[in-house]
Amino acid sequence: MNNHPRTSACLLLAGILAVGMAQTALASAADFLKKDCAQCHNLTGPAPTTLKAMWERKGPDLFYAGNKYKRDWLETWLQKPTRIRPAGMYYGNHVERGVKSDEIKTATLTVHPALSAADAKAAADALMSLRANSELIKPGEYKPGSIPMTMGEMLFDKFRGCMACHEVEPGYGGLSGPEMYTAARRLQEDYLISFMRNPQAWDPRSFMPNKNLSDVDLQKLVHYLRALSEENTK
Amino acid sequence: MKKAITRNLIVTALGLFVLGGQITVSAEETGEALYKTYCSQCHGIKGDGMGVNVRDMAVQPRDHTDRVAMSSRSDADLFKVVKEGGQAISKSVLMPAWAGAISDDEINSLVKHMRVLCQCQHGSGS
Ligand code: HEC
Ligand code: HEC
Ligand code: HEC
Repeated sequence: MNNHPRTSACLLLAGILAVGMAQTALASAADFLKKDCAQCHNLTGPAPTTLKAMWERKGPDLFYAGNKYKRDWLETWLQKPTRIRPAGMYYGNHVERGVKSDEIKTATLTVHPALSAADAKAAADALMSLRANSELIKPGEYKPGSIPMTMGEMLFDKFRGCMACHEVEPGYGGLSGPEMYTAARRLQEDYLISFMRNPQAWDPRSFMPNKNLSDVDLQKLVHYLRALSEENTK
Repeated sequence: MKKAITRNLIVTALGLFVLGGQITVSAEETGEALYKTYCSQCHGIKGDGMGVNVRDMAVQPRDHTDRVAMSSRSDADLFKVVKEGGQAISKSVLMPAWAGAISDDEINSLVKHMRVLCQCQHGSGS
């Protein structure tokens, strides 16, 4: 009301300065990603389109990180990384014939570099600004709800056959895909829906088949993944 | 001549339309490379059904080196199960449908590769 024009101008100026500073911080964080992370992670896209490039990929693509990960999870995990893919990026590089069946050569799997709290925070902010593939996300598509645990298990394990490639608890399930009992803690719900609907839209040569899931299945699967993640607090 | 080009264009446009942002992967990949990438996770690096995922699977993946079982299937049978999945032939859902991830040409290469693994043709078993 009695807002003096000069006060508003000052506020405006302060605002511009703050935004400017945030952008500089982001720019240096992006430089830091380029320096310390780009040798293993694709920060610019596009995703690999040949099998050879898939076999040689050193880490998950991060050029759409802002549409994929939960920021808080990133900041925590980067300080204390744990294994997510039991058989590495391309399982073929890390399996050999055991006594009866193929087994993981654990010795060939590497430990992820850990960041300091400050670096993890900067990296998480920078990663969240990488937003390729936004057209594949429908914000708010996931509608929170629940599913009885046994129903979720039936759907994931038996009816849709997802457990063949994914562990649903430590030590139980398939090993070629990422563990599922932490998926909902790591990944945004709308991303989960979009990726499960069409993995190839995100990663054209993904080792995960398109399972032709209905919209109803997709919602139920996210309910289940959320329940799984609450049960397993690895 | 001109007509043919126009028709090709229409066909291509239709093709793109049908694909609708789906896979646009073109590089020639061999049956062996495709198998190693997509199938060995369950069927094993030797193709004998003992992949890294079998530990907790309720149904054993097919042993593709089994001459008798594999020669009882035609190439068309093999093509169908790879494209449409186990359920399309009343088998386990654990055998995924690969349509949308692997092109028809590539599935044909995979069928040829399975014939190398079993060292058999349709009807050549026993
Ligand atoms: C030596 C290679 C290497 C370097 C360097 C590296 N990473 Fe990774 N990163 C990996 C691998 C491999 C994985 C997959 C780990 C797993 O699945 O267990 C991974 C996983 C991740 C993930 C989890 C993604 C997901 O979808 O599972 C994030 C986030 C990440 N890295 C961020 C970073 C950041 C930020 C840096 C730089 C500070 C970095 N990484 C440096 C190899 C690397
Ligand atoms: C043939 C093995 C296979 C099957 C079957 C399979 N997946 Fe996957 N899945 C994968 C692989 C490999 C990835 C990693 C893919 C990538 O990054 O391109 C993945 C990734 C995912 C992700 C993202 C996880 C992450 O950490 O990025 C979700 C969610 C998922 N799968 C859910 C499912 C569901 C639900 C089903 C059943 C309807 C299923 N999967 C069936 C192999 C499989
Ligand atoms: C997630 C694990 C999994 C993956 C990955 C997988 N399969 Fe299978 N496959 C199975 C299982 C399980 C069966 C047995 C189904 C049954 O007997 O009910 C099977 C059966 C088959 C059969 C025999 C079907 C018949 O006529 O009895 C063929 C052929 C086959 N798979 C080919 C492939 C090819 C080619 C690939 C790679 C593109 C592949 N599979 C990938 C699990 C898998």
